[in-house]
Amino acid sequence: MSTGSVDDVRTAAPALTGAPEPRTRKRRSEDAAGPLTYVVLGLTAAVFLFPFYYSLVAGSHSPSDLYDGTPPLLPGPQLFENMRLALEQADLFAALGRSLVVSLAVTATTIFFCTLAGFAFAKCSFRGRNALFGITVATLTIPPTLSIIPLYVVMSRLGLVNNLLSVILPGAVTAFGVFFMRQYISQALPDELIEAARVDGASMNRTVFSIVFPLARPGMAVLGILAFMASWNDFLWPFIVVRQSPTIQVAVAGIGAGYTPDISVILAGTVIATVPLLLVTAVFGKQIVGGITAGAVKG
Amino acid sequence: MAVHAPTTTEVTRAGAGGDSPPSSARSSRRSGRAYRNAPYAYIAPFFLLFGAFGLFPLLHTVWISFHEYRLGGSSPTFAGWDNYAWLFQSEAFYNSLWKTLTIGIISTVPQLLFALGLAHLLNFNMKVRAFFRISMIVPYATSLVAATLVFGSIFANTAGGLVNVVLGVLGLDPISWTTGNWTAQIAIAVIVTWHWTGYNALIYLAGMQSIPKDLYEAAAIDGASRFRQFLHVTIPGLRPTILFTIVLSTIGATQLFTEPFLFGNGAGGGALGQYQVLTLFMYETGFEVGRLGRAAAIACVTLIIVILLVLLNAGLAQLRTRDKGQPLLGRRSTASTRKAAR
Repeated sequence: MSTGSVDDVRTAAPALTGAPEPRTRKRRSEDAAGPLTYVVLGLTAAVFLFPFYYSLVAGSHSPSDLYDGTPPLLPGPQLFENMRLALEQADLFAALGRSLVVSLAVTATTIFFCTLAGFAFAKCSFRGRNALFGITVATLTIPPTLSIIPLYVVMSRLGLVNNLLSVILPGAVTAFGVFFMRQYISQALPDELIEAARVDGASMNRTVFSIVFPLARPGMAVLGILAFMASWNDFLWPFIVVRQSPTIQVAVAGIGAGYTPDISVILAGTVIATVPLLLVTAVFGKQIVGGITAGAVKG
Repeated sequence: MAVHAPTTTEVTRAGAGGDSPPSSARSSRRSGRAYRNAPYAYIAPFFLLFGAFGLFPLLHTVWISFHEYRLGGSSPTFAGWDNYAWLFQSEAFYNSLWKTLTIGIISTVPQLLFALGLAHLLNFNMKVRAFFRISMIVPYATSLVAATLVFGSIFANTAGGLVNVVLGVLGLDPISWTTGNWTAQIAIAVIVTWHWTGYNALIYLAGMQSIPKDLYEAAAIDGASRFRQFLHVTIPGLRPTILFTIVLSTIGATQLFTEPFLFGNGAGGGALGQYQVLTLFMYETGFEVGRLGRAAAIACVTLIIVILLVLLNAGLAQLRTRDKGQPLLGRRSTASTRKAAR
């Protein structure tokens, strides 16, 4: 199992892609993409990337440039001026910091607790295992949005409204995380290895930390990136519960709320909010692809 | 001999059937107990957090929906079916159901069709495959807040809005996107489609790669064209995956909030109610009007819709498994045993 190699996605989601299927040479020539495929995929990529380009363009002009006649198609000189205005209207740096704290905390707890539980469900036998795992799987498809009313009541009773903990706690673990790690561990970790450790007299904790965690690392990385992205991009719940100390999404959404919403300033703000995740995507793209496709194992 | 036979079978059956790890004579009784209890320690943190902030609120929603409960008000009082009675007489509720359905359809259908086509193209061998794949997830990785704000300016009502400029080039009149009933819904659907198409394409791509190659070879030998191969090999092979994405995106459609909220400039849902989807209606009722009980009733109705969708999926999946004559769980465990044996 080569960690960090080109085949990361496959390593990360053995359940789905299976062992890297050796393509025969004959198939390869038949499967080659024609020029039309490149054109269509290129256009699609352009459409998918266009909004970023447009936010750079629109965020770097004055509003009058934008709406008087033909809109500009090339970046203008005003990006930093608009960003400064955006920062004046909302403390985006503080918001970025809060989002970073929340997302990192959620990522850490999700990875740690979901891997532990996933291991228990994958490799241990204990009473109630099937029932408990059944409950976990049954809630996979229930959207958390439906619980926001009681969740708000709980948070205000605990005095956590406008406290970052109110965003961290509900995101700290996910049913998907347990499901994902169970799948990953049951495929990536031979039973013999755990049995051998046991026979050698290793305690269960020792087995978990010296064997399971190191071997499950690719899966944990995928889960962590997905958790980070979900937490970073979440809007509705933080908007309700931490409006006074907003995360980046809430803060950016708030820029437009002034009485003269200024499109170029708003878009300069979205540039600030989006760049960190674009970097994450550029660096961890393969892991993200692996995580998305592993979600489909479910069916 | 004949006397012993049944005992042997019993032993074998017990040994094979019980999923407890074979007990090792060397491990002491103490470590055995530790092994038996350790799993509970491993699942405990998950279930504590998940129970407190996932399961409990979900169940508590049902309880709140039967109470008169106001934001910042006194303690809740039992109200029976009052909140539901209000809900089923509310015009806004039927409007939000309808808008959820229509926006759901005009965003889900094109999204999944585009995704299917894209996955087909991505499945070819090509030079810059990695770039194309990663470009698929860029919209998914973008926050809906940023995406909606950008699309908000692309769909601006004025003549200088980008879409209206394009319409002008084509000789058409500018459209007031945010104020019209269908135009607003179309704009929302465009944002949703942009955000999720690549995501679904990757799921389809993974599904396509698990279709055995010899099926295509056999079809090619029989003289089937590429397009016919797509129709008669790819689509049937992808059926479970397609079902999965349909369920996922319909559930997603019931959860639409950020796009209509930011594009429609607030929780009101627009002058015509053109943005008023279920989640927006729930948010407005609960946190702007302050009627938590009523909002919980909306959540419960949405929950029932979601559960019906999931059950529908489970039913269809079961039909599918019966077709193949192979239980899902059995398949999974054989896969892991094979891996372990290697």
